[in-house]
Amino acid sequence: MLAADRSNRFDRLLEEAQTLTPADTREQIVTAIFQTSAALCRECVTHRHNVKRDRTEQIDRIVTSKRWGFPIMLALLAAVLYMTIAGANVFSDSLARLFGTVETYLTMAFQAIHAPDWLHGLIVLGLYRGTAAVVSVMLPPMAIFFPLFALLENYGYLPRVAFNMDRLFKKTGAHGKQSLTMAMGFGCNAAAIMSTRIIESPRERMLAILTNNFVPCNGRWPTLILLSSLFMAAGYTGGWNTLVTAAVVVAMVLFGIIVTLAVSWILSKTALRGIPTHYTLELPPYRRPKIMETIIRATLDKSLYVLKRAVTVAAPAAILTWVLGNVHVGDTTVLAYLADGLDPFAKVLGLDGYILLAFILGLPANEIVFPILLMGYLSAGALTEVDGLSSLKQILLDHGWTWLTALNMMLFSLLHYPCGTTLVNIYKETKSVKWTFVAFALPTAIAIMVTFATAQLARWLGLV
Amino acid sequence: MTRTNYTIALMGNPNTGKSTLFNVLTGLRQHTGNWPGKTVIRAEGEFAHRGATYRIVDLPGTYSLYSNSADEEVARDFLLFERPDLTIVVVDATALERNLNLALQVLEITGRVIVAVNLMDEAKKKGILINSKKLENKLGVPVVPISARNKEGIDKLMNTVDAMVRGRIKTNPLSIQYSPEIEQAISKLMPNIRETVGDAYPARWIALRLLDGDTSLLAALKQPPQRDTKEEGAYACCGSVESI
Repeated sequence: MLAADRSNRFDRLLEEAQTLTPADTREQIVTAIFQTSAALCRECVTHRHNVKRDRTEQIDRIVTSKRWGFPIMLALLAAVLYMTIAGANVFSDSLARLFGTVETYLTMAFQAIHAPDWLHGLIVLGLYRGTAAVVSVMLPPMAIFFPLFALLENYGYLPRVAFNMDRLFKKTGAHGKQSLTMAMGFGCNAAAIMSTRIIESPRERMLAILTNNFVPCNGRWPTLILLSSLFMAAGYTGGWNTLVTAAVVVAMVLFGIIVTLAVSWILSKTALRGIPTHYTLELPPYRRPKIMETIIRATLDKSLYVLKRAVTVAAPAAILTWVLGNVHVGDTTVLAYLADGLDPFAKVLGLDGYILLAFILGLPANEIVFPILLMGYLSAGALTEVDGLSSLKQILLDHGWTWLTALNMMLFSLLHYPCGTTLVNIYKETKSVKWTFVAFALPTAIAIMVTFATAQLARWLGLV
Repeated sequence: MTRTNYTIALMGNPNTGKSTLFNVLTGLRQHTGNWPGKTVIRAEGEFAHRGATYRIVDLPGTYSLYSNSADEEVARDFLLFERPDLTIVVVDATALERNLNLALQVLEITGRVIVAVNLMDEAKKKGILINSKKLENKLGVPVVPISARNKEGIDKLMNTVDAMVRGRIKTNPLSIQYSPEIEQAISKLMPNIRETVGDAYPARWIALRLLDGDTSLLAALKQPPQRDTKEEGAYACCGSVESI
């Protein structure tokens, strides 16, 4: 048979087949196969009573059920955040006081050796104070949040999160495994980009890459938790305050997931069209983690890793920020000059020039965005020391912050472009400048649109 | 003259111990590891048993033959176009139900199949008992319980292989019953398919794939790949996911 002739006959066959195809063919085929397997197993497999296995199945029946899956997920997240926020408040203040005391001694030491003023400014007021601010503000939430999160992860809960989300992702035209890569994104977006390799189809993998950024990573959790606890629950006291703070962060995460789903849906209807592929998600048995080991590892590995990253990037940034804040052009500093330039645009988004500048300078790592902002504010004249959360809030209030500024900074942090490391990984994985640019521009555009909308809405309604 | 050279394909879900079995059979040291997707390019080896030489091909682990990914296409194309003399489907005894899904799909393509139920030791520990005789009757192909890791059941597997290639075992593979709607469509398509592809390919299975709109299979059928080509590792991207 000639190849062309053969090819034509195949096409005619496919045409004929398509006219005979019921709408849910794939579903029917898969169902028939699954039912056959199940029937075979019912006849050929017997389970001796086994407590461990039963427990996993019993738990899964509840935590992955349609009715309880999502409420349990949200409740667990809220509980983890509640404990984080409640605990971090205590820690943060004492840590800041400690750093304050050390600073006094450092200043005395500098005076004792008659060091020039600029050196004291650079080292103590720039480098030390900036680093201390990062540590005292970021370490406490991390030291509580990461171990709690790691316990859930090691117990085997994350695959269940993926299982619950799977239905939603399939509906948007994305791959169910995207829920797994999204779950990894809660830890680190850069690592999650690598993990998208588990998605075979290039189309679905690209969806997962482009939307991974919309869940907060290690570098952004502290910012979200911090801003939420400072501004979002101002009217409440005691336990309610913590609860509202946690609720706002949960809402942020939910919003991030909604954006992930919405963007996946839009992309799979436009630029990345296609049908989702089938796959089997394995749910490993629950295992009781070694609790102490998990806590120690999470604290040492994750908290110190993030902190190290923050400090190593923040230290040079602190010096740079201090220099920018102290080198004068005419009668204004370079920092103020840049921030003023960004200010009009930032104001439209409900932010200010310093916040936007912090996001831009913070491209290498999300961890340093807030520290840079703080240094920017401090170098701009407000010479208070950061000794705890209340004075931190005062600094922000002095720079005209309202709840809207905090909300929009949280939203911008949640939605904006991925950090430098993540972008590098996206390029490595896609080998495409175009898609890397999309991965940068798409979230940024969404961040700008959303903050613009909330700012305008709040102002129009007269809420600020 | 009797043949003495045979090709065996090794198939199965990811992480069922295919590569461990491969190593046991060939004495090679294919890298094995406890995570899915270890075998990213197809590995080949040889072993001799009772005067016959076997070329054994360790295919990447797959959950289905639906052309969802490059891996599944590789496995599917191997069965369709290289037509191994025998396919050993390795299934995980501790997750038999899920693993059988693939075995059933393989049975739709070829009846020359042995189902090796691996990880029997682990199943025993978990209190899972598998009646392999019954399973064998139901599936209509030999079922051999093994523990590749402990080298248990390997002799029986090799003897079954031997008996099968020499035609001493006749198989009667289980055929999945689909919904009346689909069964009707299949019987309508079958005559035309037989006419087009001849007896070289499993007509019923192709009918199913056509109904499912599997265009990748169609492309492969139009342009059957050269037999015995060694593929490049172009789809080799299933490394372990670093934990964070």
